[in-house]
Amino acid sequence: MRKLFRILFISASVSVLALSAGFSSAYAADDAKKADEAKATEAKPADAKPDAKAAEPKKEVTGKDLAFDRAMGNCLACHMIAGGELPGNIGPPLVGMAARFPDKAKLKAQIYDARVANPNTIMIPFGPMGILNDEQLDKVVDFISTL
Amino acid sequence: MKQSLTATAIALTLAFSAFSPAQAGPAEDLTAFQDHFKTAFKDVPFENFKDGAYALDEKLKAQWEEMEEFPPYEPDIDAGKKIWETAFKDGKTYADCMGDIKSIRTKYPYYDADKDTIMTAESALNDCKKAGDGEGFTDKEGKPLLNKGKIAQLMAYIAMENRGGKIAVATPEGKAVDWYEKGKTFYYAKRGQLNMSCADCHTSNAGKMIRADLLSPALGHVTHWPTYRSADGEITTLHNRFMGCNTMVRAASFKPQGDEYKALEYFLTYMSNGQEWNGPGSRK
Ligand code: HEC
Ligand code: HEC
Repeated sequence: MRKLFRILFISASVSVLALSAGFSSAYAADDAKKADEAKATEAKPADAKPDAKAAEPKKEVTGKDLAFDRAMGNCLACHMIAGGELPGNIGPPLVGMAARFPDKAKLKAQIYDARVANPNTIMIPFGPMGILNDEQLDKVVDFISTL
Repeated sequence: MKQSLTATAIALTLAFSAFSPAQAGPAEDLTAFQDHFKTAFKDVPFENFKDGAYALDEKLKAQWEEMEEFPPYEPDIDAGKKIWETAFKDGKTYADCMGDIKSIRTKYPYYDADKDTIMTAESALNDCKKAGDGEGFTDKEGKPLLNKGKIAQLMAYIAMENRGGKIAVATPEGKAVDWYEKGKTFYYAKRGQLNMSCADCHTSNAGKMIRADLLSPALGHVTHWPTYRSADGEITTLHNRFMGCNTMVRAASFKPQGDEYKALEYFLTYMSNGQEWNGPGSRK
């Protein structure tokens, strides 16, 4: 029974959320920690250094840091973003964002939960999944709108 | 149990409707599944999908072919041959319970009606070993080890002996359809903190880059196991890959040779009917 997923209907849409029973919180995901680095970070290769930030705690984390951090936004997995290396191309390049999203609230809504605009999207629902909190989202939005 | 199967079936219909008409049976699914990749990758000959991401990119393929000149899995094949030939405690061998080695790869996975389960090659080998040795494949601490180590080496030898056969899983019928549906649901269901399905990466976005990785099409996913991955530095089974991809989206992974992955293997293997068995494999 432990292994059965709970299937929740998020809306009447095609979006289905299946949470495994062993699922824990944000980055404390023990599974991911225990799992062999190479596998756990496959979509995020070698240079990921999760502890780099812990080593210099005084520097304030910027929106860019959050967007690029493989354990946080990891937006580069899918989007080309100026200044980021080895971007994926699953999503559109994030350019001309101020023009495309003159209303920051709309940009925030997209990043908070991309399923609202596209129920079957692969883009991670950063807000509802507890990956980025409100303050972090605002920082990311500020950074993205400079692109 | 029944209720939750119904729930997942409904969920599936919704999730799957983006790809194919609802109400399709396994045979219709198979056509739709393969047509998707044939259309998305018009220039890739059908028989090349067994090469995964390498079928999509000439440069990667050239690097891979160079690696295959001195196959990293060769020592594992040798080790596997020894395991195959070594008698169990009761004096019997794998050949006594598995039959002709050349018949193994194409036989599995299949639906075993008596046991109402999916028999995979690895689960059959583990059963043989249990019968002959009194215990299955285990690690040093005596815990089951079914995704790497000796069982993967044994499979490497068997796969090598079976290269060139074609995948031909019988169309699921009767109670086998429940297992098929379970695997299909698994494939299309969003899961984990990152909320992604197998299909998100390996159907909808196959051929795209996720960071520096080219996403392979699901067609051909099962052909080349066990696989030596340079990133792992060892040979591992298909279920080990499932575990890795589940972990990647921050979902809990399941036990190798547990019902979830056996169902997933059954579904994915049927979807790859017509592809060539070409294990053991190597990947970067
Ligand atoms: C796993 C893939 C993936 C990740 C990770 C991802 N996105 Fe997206 N994103 C997409 C896709 C695909 C789209 C296209 C619309 C859709 O399908 O939802 C998109 C669309 C967008 C858009 C709308 C673009 C437009 O022009 O309409 C913005 C803005 C955006 N993403 C920002 C981000 C930010 C910021 C992050 C990281 C915090 C991020 N994305 C992470 C896949 C991703
Ligand atoms: C976040 C994206 C993502 C998701 C979701 C995902 N995978 Fe993968 N998968 C990858 C990447 C990246 C690789 C390595 C590159 C490749 O071969 O596609 C990979 C590799 C594989 C391979 C090996 C391919 C080969 O040629 O050896 C298999 C099999 C596989 N995935 C199956 C699955 C299954 C089944 C699921 C769902 C349980 C799944 N994946 C979910 C990203 C993903």
